[in-house]
Amino acid sequence: MERGQPRRQVAAMKQSLFDQGYLDEQFIQLEELSDDANPNFVEEIVILYYRDSSRLVSSIEQTLERSPLDFNKLESLLHQFKGSSSSIGAKKVKAECTLLGEYCRAGNAEGCTRSFQQLKKEYSVLRKKLEAYFQLARQAGPAESACRPK
Amino acid sequence: MATVGDVLRQNLPHILEESPSGSGELHVLAVDDSHVDRKVIERLLKISSCKATVVDSGTRALQYLGLDGEKNSVAFDSVKVNLIMTDYSMPGMTGYELLKRIKESSIFREIPVVIMSSENILTRIDSCLEEGAEDFLLKPVKLADVKRLKDCIMRGEGRESREGRSQKKRRSDDYSPSLSTPFSSMSHPCDPSSPSLPSKKSRL
Repeated sequence: MERGQPRRQVAAMKQSLFDQGYLDEQFIQLEELSDDANPNFVEEIVILYYRDSSRLVSSIEQTLERSPLDFNKLESLLHQFKGSSSSIGAKKVKAECTLLGEYCRAGNAEGCTRSFQQLKKEYSVLRKKLEAYFQLARQAGPAESACRPK
Repeated sequence: MATVGDVLRQNLPHILEESPSGSGELHVLAVDDSHVDRKVIERLLKISSCKATVVDSGTRALQYLGLDGEKNSVAFDSVKVNLIMTDYSMPGMTGYELLKRIKESSIFREIPVVIMSSENILTRIDSCLEEGAEDFLLKPVKLADVKRLKDCIMRGEGRESREGRSQKKRRSDDYSPSLSTPFSSMSHPCDPSSPSLPSKKSRL
């Protein structure tokens, strides 16, 4: 009977996302907010995150392109970006935000630019991984996502 | 002659009688400029059986409460909010500024205000508590935080209800500039959550 296979795959994929440090505890907190009436809550939040933060990514890019670099503006945009990333449990993205923040506070424009490239990479990688995860979860059926304790 | 119904109603925590829906739900006004965070807090509140009104700025929060200067009439009493949760860092009006405006209002100063922030900065926490914030939550806010807050408020154990804090400027009718001490001597009823501290129960 292969019925359990997709669900095991979903669980394994999720475990690997945690083991490799892409996600943290906050992601689990969000999963616990799903229920039968809102089975796709986490996916909805993640979609919202990528939609909203793409605007922030563009703004950060534009800010980095201007000379002299407006570090205050960068810090403000970064604060918002880090906050949202933290809210969905995006652990690596959040860590890259912290690094970028340090370069920003140090007034190191080149460091900021380099760090931001890394941040964009992690942001992209996570998106692909989460897309794959949610697609598999949907195929496996609703039991996987609704796990809020009573 | 008191009826059984009268006696029962007298014994209910007063907070339930103030709920606009009459169903005993806590009505929470949440303020956050982040769309993601608004959606999460709304969900946290709904799962905790609270009625949630979520707005994206301090200005909108004041508008909702009728404190924006447009409608100052005492007769404007249709908004009943039992708790306000606000993000600290917001463009325009910060959560701290919103807190001050609420505490300056004769109508709304008794409503507990909770500040949420992604940054665990002691001076920030202290100034918010000094200004009359009920609690300071570290983001991301968890379901356990909301449940703890709700329990605290439903039991009427907000800071207002505790004795012996006559030092607090918000309690005095005569406003005088705060001579805030560098070290806050008060212990917090619903302790600010922090990653390095275990989760806490509210003080009874």
